[in-house]
Amino acid sequence: MAAPAVRMFRRVEGLFCVYKPSGVHWKLVRDNIETKLLKGLNAAPSQPCPQEVRFLAQPGGDAEAPKGLTLSVASVPALSKHPLVTGPEFQYLQVGVGHRLDAFSSGVLVLAVGNGNKILNDLYRTRITRDYTLEGESTYGHITQDKLDRVLAMLQGANQKSLLMYSNVDMRSQEAYEMAVQGLLGPDGKSAPILTGLRCIRFEPPNFTIEVQCLNETQKYLRKVVHEIGLELRSTAVCKGVRRTRDGPFTLQDALTRHHWTASDIMQAIQQYKSSKKNKNYSRSKVKEPGLHPLEENTTDSQQNETNVEAVAAGGSRSQTLLSQRCF
Amino acid sequence: MKTSKPALQTCAQEEVTMASSCAQLCLKCRSLLCSKTVATTWQHSTQVRHCRTVTPVITKVLNGSSFFSGNHRTSPASQRWKQQMFCYSELSVKHLATEAKEDKFKEELSRADVVAYKSPLLPVNEIQMPLDLDAAAEFSALEEITHEEAVSISVPAAIPPSSTSLRDYVDKSETLSKLVQLGVNLWKLEQRPNVGTMLLKLDFNMDVAPRLLFLKHIGVEESHIGYIITHNPFILTEDLESLQARVNYLKSKKFSSETVASMVSRAPYLLNFSVKRLDNRLGFYQQQLNLSASNTRNIIARLPRLLCGSLEPVKENLKVCEIELGFKENEIQHIALTVPKVLTANKRKLTQLFDFIHNTMKVPHHLITKFPQVLNTKYLRVRERHLFLEFLGKAQYDPDLPNYISLDRLVSLPDEIFCTELALATLEDFYLFQKTL
Repeated sequence: MAAPAVRMFRRVEGLFCVYKPSGVHWKLVRDNIETKLLKGLNAAPSQPCPQEVRFLAQPGGDAEAPKGLTLSVASVPALSKHPLVTGPEFQYLQVGVGHRLDAFSSGVLVLAVGNGNKILNDLYRTRITRDYTLEGESTYGHITQDKLDRVLAMLQGANQKSLLMYSNVDMRSQEAYEMAVQGLLGPDGKSAPILTGLRCIRFEPPNFTIEVQCLNETQKYLRKVVHEIGLELRSTAVCKGVRRTRDGPFTLQDALTRHHWTASDIMQAIQQYKSSKKNKNYSRSKVKEPGLHPLEENTTDSQQNETNVEAVAAGGSRSQTLLSQRCF
Repeated sequence: MKTSKPALQTCAQEEVTMASSCAQLCLKCRSLLCSKTVATTWQHSTQVRHCRTVTPVITKVLNGSSFFSGNHRTSPASQRWKQQMFCYSELSVKHLATEAKEDKFKEELSRADVVAYKSPLLPVNEIQMPLDLDAAAEFSALEEITHEEAVSISVPAAIPPSSTSLRDYVDKSETLSKLVQLGVNLWKLEQRPNVGTMLLKLDFNMDVAPRLLFLKHIGVEESHIGYIITHNPFILTEDLESLQARVNYLKSKKFSSETVASMVSRAPYLLNFSVKRLDNRLGFYQQQLNLSASNTRNIIARLPRLLCGSLEPVKENLKVCEIELGFKENEIQHIALTVPKVLTANKRKLTQLFDFIHNTMKVPHHLITKFPQVLNTKYLRVRERHLFLEFLGKAQYDPDLPNYISLDRLVSLPDEIFCTELALATLEDFYLFQKTL
């Protein structure tokens, strides 16, 4: 019979994301979450102390010593199982961090507890993109919105080229075309950072905000990108803030702020993620029915192609669904 | 069973006292095999095997004082014995393994073994124990003892000679059981080096009880005693006269008895420091902060750990406040009197917080002095609240202008009340805003 704490632990295993505030090292966030989870788990009602039966000799003070054995039976709690002696039931928790965020940046940080760490590994081996919002500040007055847009378009073009280069496929083959249609073109594993999408959201001189979708990046590289944009605009640009708004399937909406870093809120977030995964899988399995209905096969294939075209346009969602298929 | 171990023989002969206690142990163990009261014979099987190998070595059974009768006093001699015991049992275990392999004609013994172990409920007279031991002259296993004697045989405790955890000893040791009942966290204490051994060596009636009574006498509540001992187990080894002298000193400095009791509860290491050191610290705080005696008493009573820690960080903090943060002496006095925790705060965090409050929130020195609680808050908390108010256009901290937000309410109110009263927004909006920072 599992103790309440162990049952609670089963519910806490999984993936969730938190919002990391800027100025804090990611390790401190991870340690904080681990401490809060341990506190919640150890607060669950523990098993009562097991009793031990001991035989105590009767203190024979009588003059007429009684014949036969007189032993008093006492049931005393076995103190060796008391929590003050054995320590709390859970002393360490395996909390893993997904793609790291450096101290200066803020945003979505994916964490995994217990068994979730294996899923985390799979997550980061597949090709998933991340969304960032970069706050830049430029000092010169000659910069206008369209100049900025032109620079961004040029950058995006350069990045698309490097995307094709890193995908290790001959560009003139049918295979390349099919992969491009499905949105599978891209580097496998480690490569240089690639920005798959660049867009200027807000432009209020001297500040501007850019939304970026990227692969294999580091936050330092993103700050360098802002600097390079400034150089292209023949002026300077400084990165004032890097904020991750999406990491794979985890968005800002699901991220837990500091006040919600408690065991119960985290459990809720994990359950939410698990149920959303199940729904996604269920809807996908409905679309794909291999071999059962040969008449409908063509229609389902065409349906899939349509969805694939949309996926190419979206850029990242296909890899997400692939990921969900692989992991669950 | 013939055993010939010259190595063991020499070891035993070196320490006769050890041998006598071993003999006593063996005597009891042998009688264990015959008695029927012991349900824990199985546990003692390793010790019994040990006895069977050691007894042939002992030529004479000495009558020593009982070692394991009732009281679980562990003196230094017993500690040494335990260590010796460890190596004895190791040798015996090895020996038995080899013996079992080579000796074929042990059926008699094994049968007896089986008889003994399978039916401990047989009455005393019926068991045949052909233990062919050299020293079996006076105390034969076949002797009949009365039921009362059988009952009164005390079982030696199955304590492991050395262990990494106190839980193996807690059931058998009176000191440890009583400490657990008081609420002392033994698990935390055993992580510290040497504390576990020290606690095991203490005798409850001679060492622990007088000090507990002393604590109760000076007014410490019973519920706090567990906390005090968990954090400072060395209070149980302090000299009682010194403890009394330190309490007398504090009382002579006009700290009331309740104050002294509360100080000891909150700073468990307080009474471990000498009178000279306490005096030194009190003098330091009075001089450096230029406070009156009653004000110094006030600060120390509220934060007694000022007397326990080192003075260097406090000196550094005072210098930081004066030079880096730019507070005047009377301002520092007021801040220390209102929030003594600033004296032991982390320098870097204090500077970071002050930088944000003074340069980003544009709060002048005199306002910070008026509300010193802002220096005691977490940086992230102040930052997110200020930025939220700035986003809403309500970040106004000057008391002369309208729509003034007081600093102490800014930092001390809980989130919901902060949102509804100061920011005039919902809690969800505040959380959403935090995700945009």
